[in-house]
Amino acid sequence: MPENTEKKENKIQLACRRASLGYEGRVVAEELSFEVHEGDYLCIIGENGSGKSTLVKAILGLKPQLSGEIEWLGGVSPSQIGYLPQQTVVQRDFPASVREIVRSGCVSKSGLRPFYSLAEKDLAEQNMALLGITDLAKRCYRDLSGGQQQRVLLARALCAAQKMLLLDEPVTGLDPKAQLDLYELIRELNKKGITIIMVSHDVAAAVRYSSHILHIGSRRQLFFGTSQEYRESEVGRSFLAAEGTYGYPGDEQTGGEDNG
Amino acid sequence: MGTPEMNRPEVRTMADSLGSLRDAFINYPFVRYAMIVGLLIALCSSLLGVPLVLKRFSFIGDGLSHVAFGAIAVGSAVTFALRSIGSSGADGLAEVLSVNHSTAIVLPITVISAILLLRTGQNTKIKGDAAVAMISVGSLAVGYLIMNRFPTSSNISGDVCSTLFGSYSILTLKLSDVILCSVMAAAVIVTFILFYNKIFAVTFDETFTRASGVNAGAYNLMTAVITAVVIVLAMNLVGSLLISALIIFPALSAMRIFRSFRSVMICSAVISVICAAFGIILSILYSTPTGSTIVAADIAVFLLMSLVSAVTRRN
Repeated sequence: MPENTEKKENKIQLACRRASLGYEGRVVAEELSFEVHEGDYLCIIGENGSGKSTLVKAILGLKPQLSGEIEWLGGVSPSQIGYLPQQTVVQRDFPASVREIVRSGCVSKSGLRPFYSLAEKDLAEQNMALLGITDLAKRCYRDLSGGQQQRVLLARALCAAQKMLLLDEPVTGLDPKAQLDLYELIRELNKKGITIIMVSHDVAAAVRYSSHILHIGSRRQLFFGTSQEYRESEVGRSFLAAEGTYGYPGDEQTGGEDNG
Repeated sequence: MGTPEMNRPEVRTMADSLGSLRDAFINYPFVRYAMIVGLLIALCSSLLGVPLVLKRFSFIGDGLSHVAFGAIAVGSAVTFALRSIGSSGADGLAEVLSVNHSTAIVLPITVISAILLLRTGQNTKIKGDAAVAMISVGSLAVGYLIMNRFPTSSNISGDVCSTLFGSYSILTLKLSDVILCSVMAAAVIVTFILFYNKIFAVTFDETFTRASGVNAGAYNLMTAVITAVVIVLAMNLVGSLLISALIIFPALSAMRIFRSFRSVMICSAVISVICAAFGIILSILYSTPTGSTIVAADIAVFLLMSLVSAVTRRN
């Protein structure tokens, strides 16, 4: 159930106004407009190739938008987001202990200082405790289960930032039980006041857990609003009804001419 | 390049007649030099090896070593050209270059190639592996061509062989080479200690590190420059064909057993230094080529570690 829908007075942290995204001159999504308030749980959904990952890069400030505005407010900046990227091949057999990885979340805080300070090491221990992985601290990352690995990366993300988490397909590759655990964990973090932005293709879970939905179709924004509104909207209803299949009514017509 | 051939009989008689390593250390400064430089190079290359192997960049080290071979050939050709001009000024310059050409010309060329190669490695649109293969075999071919066209000594195949496999060049170092090597090695080691946490973060997850506001590009550039410096240094020890062995074997051996980044780094450094010491001593005692002996020791340790890891995993 959406928890924060009525707290409209919360501070805006991120405002995206008519942003067009793309790379090397190719537009992948245009006219994106949405706002993220403190304590929101925003789910970004859309099928593959709809520009979700490009939007993530734009939010992080790694790839500037082609036009429009992406504005950070309320003392939050791209480098203060806790980011949980999709797993890479390199990490699957990386020899690193859990503690080493969680501490590396402080890498930006430490600046040019060669070693982590006591406060930063403390922060890492606190976040490991928060995510229930303290007893794994000395274990090797590659020996952990998928769910445990995601907890480690979440703890690292929390070391980088306490205000906002940006999660890119966090449950991909996990078994159903681990998926449920991770969703519950993220909900707990959100209840503690951490703003969550999650990219997902699991629409059912998105509607169940998040407070807001941003739905990107092919190249354009189909919906932005609360999860409640999404469930009642035409787009949401058709998508939820056709769940599990790609392509749905309303998408085909938007392919060619949607430059507003 | 010096004259490796001249030292060969000397080394053999030394090992035979003195029979004792201790005497060799006391009486022959070049043995001490070889030991100091060899151990420093082994330490640097093993530290570098861990992030390179983990980032799947081992092949870049291999490609760069071939670039360094081509660069040495260019260095020889420049020396040759200056000599043939004949004026006293050019002769003097030629002398300076032939003493230090392994660094004055080779280092800048290798550094630039390293930066270009790491760039293409990141850009998935360009086929990174094809670019590396192209540059590395290209440098080998052009290097050999130049060496034959502008020979610095009458023994071309000897020159080529010692450039490729190092042979005895580690035993012909002068004090100035030792100082230069030590300074460069010290710089590499200090950089690794100061930026250890950043190197870990960038190696483990470049996207995350970049997103949290760290200039990951600068650290990739640093890795490229360090790789080039280590390769130019290691050229003296093992020759350009065997450099990648020096870089990847200790790291791979350490990864067989150890499961945290720090323990892998430390173990890799220890393995590499021990193997280098062992290899240099054996090569002096039995007049074997230094580079191949060190690499053989590295291979032996790798097999041993693989065995240990297989046994412990079974239990």
